[in-house]
Amino acid sequence: MGSTIIEKIVRNNIGRAVHPGEIVTVNVDRVMIHDIFIPFVASKFEEMGFSKIWDADKAVLIYDHLVPASQVDDTRHFRIGNEFVEKYGMKNIHRADGICHQLMTEAGYVKPGDIVFGTDSHTTTYGCVGAFSSGIGYTEMASILGTGTLWIRVPETIKVHITGKLPENVMAKDIILKLIGDLGADGATYKALEFTGDTVENMTVASRMSMSNMAIEAGAKCALFTPDEKTAAYCNITLTEKELDLAGDEDAQYCRVMEYRAEEFVPVMACPSNVDNVKPVAELAGKEIDQVFIGSCTNGRLEDLMAAAEILKGKHVAPFVKLIVTPASRKIYREADANGTLAVLAEAGAIITHPSCGLCCGRTGGILTDGETVIATNNRNFLGRMGTSKVNIYLASPKSAAACAVAGKIVAP
Amino acid sequence: MKGMDKFTGKIWILGDDIDTDIIIPTEYLALKTVQDMAPYAFSPLRPELAGKIQDGDIIVAGKNFGCGSSREQAPEIIKALGIKCVIAKSFARIFFRNSINNGLLLIENDRIQGDVSEGDEITISINECIEHRGNQYPITSLPQNLVDILNAGGLVKAMQRRNNLKGM
Amino acid sequence: MGMTIAEKIIAAAAGVESVKPGDIHTVEIDRMMSNDGTTHLTIDMYNKLKNPRIADVGKLVWIVDHNVPCDSVKTAASHRKMRDFAREHNITFYEGAGVCHQVMMENHVTSGELIFGADSHTCAYGAVGAFGTGVGCTDYLYAMVTGKSWLLVPETLKFNLTGRLRDGVYARDLILSIIGRIGANGANYMAMEFGGEGLRTLNMSDRISICNLCVEAGAKTALMEVDETALSYLKEHGREPKHAFCSDDDAQFAKVYDIDLTEIRPIVAKPHFVDSVVDAKACVGTHIDQAFLGSCNNGRIEDLRVGAALIKGKKVHPLVRFLVVPASASVYRQALAEGIIDTFMEAGAIVMNPNCSVCWGSCQGVIGEGEVLISTGTRNFKGRAGHKDSFVYLASAATVTASAIRGEIATADML
Repeated sequence: MGSTIIEKIVRNNIGRAVHPGEIVTVNVDRVMIHDIFIPFVASKFEEMGFSKIWDADKAVLIYDHLVPASQVDDTRHFRIGNEFVEKYGMKNIHRADGICHQLMTEAGYVKPGDIVFGTDSHTTTYGCVGAFSSGIGYTEMASILGTGTLWIRVPETIKVHITGKLPENVMAKDIILKLIGDLGADGATYKALEFTGDTVENMTVASRMSMSNMAIEAGAKCALFTPDEKTAAYCNITLTEKELDLAGDEDAQYCRVMEYRAEEFVPVMACPSNVDNVKPVAELAGKEIDQVFIGSCTNGRLEDLMAAAEILKGKHVAPFVKLIVTPASRKIYREADANGTLAVLAEAGAIITHPSCGLCCGRTGGILTDGETVIATNNRNFLGRMGTSKVNIYLASPKSAAACAVAGKIVAP
Repeated sequence: MKGMDKFTGKIWILGDDIDTDIIIPTEYLALKTVQDMAPYAFSPLRPELAGKIQDGDIIVAGKNFGCGSSREQAPEIIKALGIKCVIAKSFARIFFRNSINNGLLLIENDRIQGDVSEGDEITISINECIEHRGNQYPITSLPQNLVDILNAGGLVKAMQRRNNLKGM
Repeated sequence: MGMTIAEKIIAAAAGVESVKPGDIHTVEIDRMMSNDGTTHLTIDMYNKLKNPRIADVGKLVWIVDHNVPCDSVKTAASHRKMRDFAREHNITFYEGAGVCHQVMMENHVTSGELIFGADSHTCAYGAVGAFGTGVGCTDYLYAMVTGKSWLLVPETLKFNLTGRLRDGVYARDLILSIIGRIGANGANYMAMEFGGEGLRTLNMSDRISICNLCVEAGAKTALMEVDETALSYLKEHGREPKHAFCSDDDAQFAKVYDIDLTEIRPIVAKPHFVDSVVDAKACVGTHIDQAFLGSCNNGRIEDLRVGAALIKGKKVHPLVRFLVVPASASVYRQALAEGIIDTFMEAGAIVMNPNCSVCWGSCQGVIGEGEVLISTGTRNFKGRAGHKDSFVYLASAATVTASAIRGEIATADML
């Protein structure tokens, strides 16, 4: 019988065929810890009685949620992180280079077929290059740092097959929002998503990243794309046969198959306060807004900033509306600077911050108050995520967000 | 799970998709300890709740409890508030793992929600059933590997045993 | 009898022939700036007035700059109050355009004006010969409602500048030296006036930096003679002077200081007072956790150029957080165009959007317990940048950048 991508990755990792539902112990290829949780990982690791990291080169520590620090105790996390890195001989540390998920793929820490865990739910992102990656808590992270292994339940797979050409004003973000709306916030819980079809084959790795990033919002354990020549170019590798084989077999077993025609997608938004509360932008048009946020590990990449700049070029953000742009990484910031994107955005009145999680994690970066409305390109619109529980958060694509910033109200791009 | 085979508690009712930002907003995540964070639990939804929960209480919620971030403070805080067990129609994956690893008991049940009101008392018999006003709701038992972690008293203790730490 | 610049501006604003120190006059205020530090309080008081009205809305400029982007629900609420009020009353309003004083200099201030700012560093406007002074929100409200206020005519301290700053020495070193010499209350209630041949060697950026910091010596205002440099700055920004005053030859000064610019050396103000200045060399080797290049005092393109030239091809020390924060959106755009932003980004700096940032210490780059910051900001008071038990050293853009590279206080000549 054939296998899905996740079944192949686990098989390759443990050296024998597996089937969904089975509980197996896998060897971990890479782990990511970010600044919010490093104090907890460090203390649990020592409490567990470990004295060395199983393979220090496989661990990556990234400061992103607290950069720059907005509260007096924030820098404590940096101090503890710096001490941990020093004590256990870790070399992979990024102190102000951008958002963890962007850096993990961009800096080459993740390759197709890898098994990666991170102390962040959006670790599903690395499925964009065909890696099995998932979020875990800090206690499990501490145990992986000691043992290099983790138990997992092999998930069933939902196949999402998309064919055709996307309309001009539709981005990968609209697809994943629509899918989450269709699946529901728990529609893929414990399951793997697998994306196929010429629409996703024609997508950039950056667009795939937006989709795998948000899979967790349907509860998914991971979200996988078959590695191809774009993946190879992105990761700066030549794909091996094993990596090329990371596609679902024709006779693989899927618990569900969802089929979409690309032409039928329209710009959508996830309305307050659930990611699966998805509606076409056209239905929401006219609602006044106070702020727009373009950034995050979901949509803070170069193509996202360029898409926004295309709409904002020669225009200005509406009066009394703020546009906050937070590129996802230092590399992206510099590329957007080099190709003139930042200048266009700045000219249009954008507030451009240093790459970090920014507003998406709700600690700073554009907090709002009662009755205010924000159009945001990030991944969550939960109650209270960006300020008080009376803030209305609409999640949208960078194109939709930019169009709203110019109009001062919700409009379709 | 010693001493927990059967217990009775007062319930608090929450709805569907209780996400981790509701359980503990990011704003408070850099506080030093889980005890410091606990007063802010559920604050976006029910700011009064954390102050009212008493030791031994039980949460009954809808589907997808704990969806959202990987923040392990979520189950730790629920435990720190004195909640003995969370019953929900379903749990989000990371929250589920984090709870087991911290020894917070989770029970999946999708029938009891319609029958109970906030403040009711229910009795739980581990791996057997929930009882409410004479009605019984069966509990599915957990896979063995999870029972092992729970029996060890959580993942930290399990790792301490592995590492032959004294006193384990 | 002759008058000083401060006296001339007050006389003009009071509509009288002449004034002398100690007089109290009712004056017409030309412009009133308020920022998100206190505007919400002003609005609360305004709303409690019976039949409140704004005397001349065209004189008001409101600027959100202290916590941008917004960092908490509390500041979000005060920003909203400010934004809604500005919108309702048609008040000139900026949000995210930069630090208020820089935005004012670029867009509003002109020579000879009398300007109230609900911020102590309003004295910066003296760089173009405007009488800028910081006021609390009660004074601000009165001026907003009546268009007028009362002023005690200050005595003037005259700083007669000669010579030229040496290479590697900056206006920042000069004003810190002066504050160190006269003390943190050395100019209490007084105007500090700058003139002399040495002034001609200083560009507008230098002048803003000098005037801006005069409040740290307690000054009510700072004023510079209006010369070609000032006039061409105004012209570049599309403005005409209201008056271009210089002190009369027989003006009376409380004291005259002769300052030879060639004698100024790189200076550091140690925690926790701005007048606690020492030769920068005396602090070399002091551990730092963070460095900050920015603020209304030292976040202009000239300052960024100094930092960028030093750090080009080098890296920020891995254990130092180096925040670079342009003072305004136009400074940021200029820095983008000159490749300066890229130089800082390549070196590993944290480049933030224009705002007060860690100079204000409540929302961005906040430092923790026991941590040390070296800063081009305005103040180094205890707890100013974060934790109550943290330490701030003030220095020039050059010294700050050199320190960020070395991971400890260092001067540019050590690189």
